[in-house]
Amino acid sequence: MDKVSTIAGRAIPLGLKNVDTDVIIPAHWLKTVSREGLGKGAFETIRQAPGNPFDVEDFAGAPILIAGDNFGCGSSREHAAWAMLDLGIRAVIAPSFSDIYSGNAFKNGILTVVLPPEQVDRLLEVAKDHPITVDLETQTVTTPFQDRFEFEVDPFRKHCLLEGLDEIGLTLESVGAIENHERKRAADLPWLDAPQRRDAA
Amino acid sequence: MASKPRTLYEKIWDAHVVERSDDGTCLLYIDRHLVHEVTSPQAFEALRVSGRAVRRPDLTLAVPDHNLPTTARLDAAGNRLPIADPQSAAQLAALETNAPAFGIDYIDAVAPEQGIVHVVGPEQGFSLPGTTIVCGDSHTAAHGGIGALAFGIGTSEVEHVLATQTLLLRQSKTMEIRVEGELGPGVTPKDLILHIIGVIGTAGGTGHVIEYRGDVFERMSVEGRLTVCNMSIEGGARAGLIAPDDKVFAYLAGRKYAPQGADWDRAVEWWRSLATDAGAQFDKTVVIDAADIEPTVSWGTSPEDVVPIGGAVPAPESFSDPSKQQAARKSLDYMGLEPGVPLEEVAIENVFIGSCTNSRIEDLRAAAEVLKGRRKAPGVRWAIAVPGSGLVKRQAEEEGLDRIFTEAGFEWREPGCSACLAMNPDKVPPGERCASTSNRNFVGRQGPGARTHLMSPAMAAAAAVTGRLTDVRKLVGS
Ligand code: SF4
Repeated sequence: MDKVSTIAGRAIPLGLKNVDTDVIIPAHWLKTVSREGLGKGAFETIRQAPGNPFDVEDFAGAPILIAGDNFGCGSSREHAAWAMLDLGIRAVIAPSFSDIYSGNAFKNGILTVVLPPEQVDRLLEVAKDHPITVDLETQTVTTPFQDRFEFEVDPFRKHCLLEGLDEIGLTLESVGAIENHERKRAADLPWLDAPQRRDAA
Repeated sequence: MASKPRTLYEKIWDAHVVERSDDGTCLLYIDRHLVHEVTSPQAFEALRVSGRAVRRPDLTLAVPDHNLPTTARLDAAGNRLPIADPQSAAQLAALETNAPAFGIDYIDAVAPEQGIVHVVGPEQGFSLPGTTIVCGDSHTAAHGGIGALAFGIGTSEVEHVLATQTLLLRQSKTMEIRVEGELGPGVTPKDLILHIIGVIGTAGGTGHVIEYRGDVFERMSVEGRLTVCNMSIEGGARAGLIAPDDKVFAYLAGRKYAPQGADWDRAVEWWRSLATDAGAQFDKTVVIDAADIEPTVSWGTSPEDVVPIGGAVPAPESFSDPSKQQAARKSLDYMGLEPGVPLEEVAIENVFIGSCTNSRIEDLRAAAEVLKGRRKAPGVRWAIAVPGSGLVKRQAEEEGLDRIFTEAGFEWREPGCSACLAMNPDKVPPGERCASTSNRNFVGRQGPGARTHLMSPAMAAAAAVTGRLTDVRKLVGS
């Protein structure tokens, strides 16, 4: 996972509430063998409407998305995070997120920033014409107009994102404990290892 | 060391904790990992990119099921037939390449053991009591029927398990669902679990692992237990399980991956020790009287939308919660149903007998018993029976069940997920209704615009015969 510290640039002022995973990436995009390329299907239905914010030239490649309540509700498809990453989005700001979505986003290095609705509204306004900055180290969102909004982040997630640690990398730091467990398991419950794979009777 | 009484779930959990951190997060060891084609390609790709190996290929088993068409897989000369949809073909090809490349046992699409991952695991003796089992599919809960702690995971977690054989998790709360008494004639494990979900609601088990307890489950076959545990996820619980007993041991003995000889005896001894201790506390208990349960069908687009077959489509106003009223209105609109209509007057055009919930031999026998000597009604356009695995299919054919299905006008298919989800060619057309033994009646689950009614195999067979939702007890002497 790439290190995440400061994400600065244009922010797509989507603002919608209850954006579900079917809206983020419709089901027919799930038949893929890659995490890449899903950006084409990201927000497909929204992007069919003329004048939608994704197709405004200023927002091409914008690294931030601003949305309404309950962003990412619906299924557990991790494709939702992959599609947004493929679109270039590194941070999403909203008043609330679905748990599963924010877990999937975190696992893919996308920062989910929860701010009170008034602050989100202010950012939606600023984002129309100006860039904004999300800083993970100081846990702040700032604008060119001295707005400075603080946000909470789980310390474990913050550490992982700042250091670019993926969960697998972290778990592998415990490889000694895993090996111990495997040794004990092999002694106590030996039949769990290397199942026999004999032909069925 | 005298320890406090523990539940089955707590004993399995404790036996698998590798490390516990201060905030309560545990690194949990995973004993068995099942892999299918849809949620694994990105995980294998990520392993390649990061140069990581599969830590325990011997604890991993791969089998294709979701995308695989259920029509003939070989031509007359025994050659593999191509898969028409290029994206499905690519996902299937990826699994076929990835499994051997990472040293994982792979059950080929044309192997006799191929089938739905949750049917194959127990059937091969790969899923064992007391183990932790994961798969990139939410119905992994099924394996709880043999007394395992089994749950579905996302693709990053699939990768995490492949690379480390562990997962980072927090312990769930415990929930007891106790059912005592006798299930009436024509009332099956599927009716029971639909009824349970109707009682607790789709969020009733959220944050909990369910243990199903009581004499109804003690008497229930292993296959029935797999059906019940399978749908734990529809009740909001990530896992559901039943204490392993002699029935489970008899079911597993001699299976391909099951322990044997002295290992088997040691295993059984340990499995017996796992049952919930007397005096163990559950965070939540729900008690259900078996005598209250009737053959049950769903009317809406959530698995909690169920009524006894003798009932009527409910009026949205009958729900006290305003958001449920609104959801019910939307459901009825999608389902094309009017409040007050008796369920037995609802005509169906499609019948699907299959899915990891109801595609084992007992399910096919129950449906065949109803269909024997009968034919599907003229209004039933499409009826398919899809065995859960090649072994189930072979056994059904040995028992002559395939003939009963085909003579009744059913298509007899190759094993796979089929019309449970609209990812392979088996789909229900828009606006048409399907009597289905699967587990989800979500909007579009069986195809865009498809209208699903969930029920047991016997009830689906009864619907095929009459062309409408039907109380199976009227067709078979009770
Ligand atoms: S049969 Fe349905 S629920 Fe079961 S694994 Fe396949 S798609 Fe999932």
